Amino acid sequence: MRFMILVKATAESEADILPSSELIAAMGEFNETLIDAGVMLGAEGLHSSRKGARIKSSGGHITVTDGPFAETKELLAGFWLIQAKDRDEAIAWCKRIPLQDGQEVELRQVFEAYDFPADSLTEQHLRKEQAWRDETQKPLTR
Amino acid sequence: MLLSFAIMTAATQAETHRAITAVWKIEQPRLIAGLTRMVRDISMAEELAQDALLIALKTWPQTGVPKNPGAWLMATAKRRAIDYFRHNKMAARKLEEVGHGIETDTPDTVERLHEALDDEVGDDLLRLIFTSCHPILPPESRVALTLRLIGGLTTEEIARAFLAAEPTIGQRIVRAKKTIAEAHIPFEVPRGPQRAERLASVLGVLYLIFNEGYSATAGSDWMRPQLCDEAMRLGRILARLTPEEPEVHALVGLMEIQASRTNARTNAMGEPVLLLDQDRARWDQLLIRRGLGALAEAERLGGIAGPYALQAAIAACHARARRAADTDWPRIAGLYAILAQVTPSPVIDLNRAVAISMAQGPAPALELVDTIKDAPALRNYHLLYGVRGDLLSKLGRHTEANLEFRRAADLTRNERERAYLLGRAADAG
Repeated sequence: MRFMILVKATAESEADILPSSELIAAMGEFNETLIDAGVMLGAEGLHSSRKGARIKSSGGHITVTDGPFAETKELLAGFWLIQAKDRDEAIAWCKRIPLQDGQEVELRQVFEAYDFPADSLTEQHLRKEQAWRDETQKPLTR
Repeated sequence: MLLSFAIMTAATQAETHRAITAVWKIEQPRLIAGLTRMVRDISMAEELAQDALLIALKTWPQTGVPKNPGAWLMATAKRRAIDYFRHNKMAARKLEEVGHGIETDTPDTVERLHEALDDEVGDDLLRLIFTSCHPILPPESRVALTLRLIGGLTTEEIARAFLAAEPTIGQRIVRAKKTIAEAHIPFEVPRGPQRAERLASVLGVLYLIFNEGYSATAGSDWMRPQLCDEAMRLGRILARLTPEEPEVHALVGLMEIQASRTNARTNAMGEPVLLLDQDRARWDQLLIRRGLGALAEAERLGGIAGPYALQAAIAACHARARRAADTDWPRIAGLYAILAQVTPSPVIDLNRAVAISMAQGPAPALELVDTIKDAPALRNYHLLYGVRGDLLSKLGRHTEANLEFRRAADLTRNERERAYLLGRAADAG
């Protein structure tokens, strides 16, 4: 299963203050650990909300509000997408993030195919079979 | 009051234990790898790693989880190993037998054991991967041992994933470790001409694990699809340990591109949907991007003609096509032609024929199928007759097509497929 680790914004990240070289090095080391363990699927850092916008639908209209936004604690500053066996493992990885004092991340599980209710598919689909093309993807005997 | 406090404490304690076990599981493969090099015995290494967990469960609730839990666990297990060798001359003698020449109870022993453990841990993990995929073991044992040691799966989890009984898997793992010990398989990364063959065995094990999960349908035990994740994770770990091996990257790419279709390849009833009928909007673009990246790395390393690189390149042709009609069939046919040269197989030729029929039409495809239709390997292969029937029917040769479809229907073990083939036979008249 996959998890997204959402990194909450801080006063510094919202002020576009780049992290110290020590922190960047520590984050790099943490990322390396994730890659070594084969669990890292993706990670990005976000610019401050000053460069962002909010797009909202109300009463049939779309309104756009330019950043920055005030409530720092509810804003995001980045994310990791990881693959873990279970929630316990994901939390164990989160605990290794080099967080600054007071900084917070939020762990969320990503929806997978089997999390969705069965959708409506036609009879035609039900009659289809595992085809020769799936066979092409079978392992070669080596 | 007291009771509820006790319950709360018990709950908190269980939570702490789970958290500590999760940390240990992350470290487990590297722990076992490092310890195996030290004690030259996988079973003992596993026991020492387990000891370290028990000590952590006792210590960490008081001290908190150390900053570098991996190093802590390794140091703890190492101390246990040293204690063990100090107090067990028999074991020490055994250690001597396997070529260490370590004497008991001398400071030198301890020092050397320390030294032995301070080498690169990554190398140890790679040694452990090569050992658990050793060709001396039957393939199903390689799979079980690799999932146990490198994947850190429990015997129960492996049994569930393979729809096997737990004791069966347990015995398989025990026997595999015994075989490795008795054959004195050196704990090493193979070099020279041996390396390619051994690496092929490792890649074969990972792809077997992946395919076992990939053949699972919706509604299967969740452990089965989990095998795909596990195979990809193992592949990524291996790619980090052997960044110069193009086929490792290629296999990772192949698995990621195939896994990108997971959401689309079964319908609401959990039944398979043909690749060309899949809703491509449900393909996982992140996995496609990663897979294409891994394939590009394999090609950059000069591995364009490796068997996994070719299969990944074929999968990539499908991944790049936004609609089924956009598929680059001439390229796929060309890739199958190279694949058939690299790893000759009538099954690959059959797939190549299908690609040719899509690229150029049924006539040249049938020509190719007819060159392989008598291959012994395909005699009872229902897809041969299914494909041949399809080509014949496209060419308007309905009587022959009818025969082929009925032959295919006789051979398949899948009821729904039989119904489909008999339907095609009836259509062909």
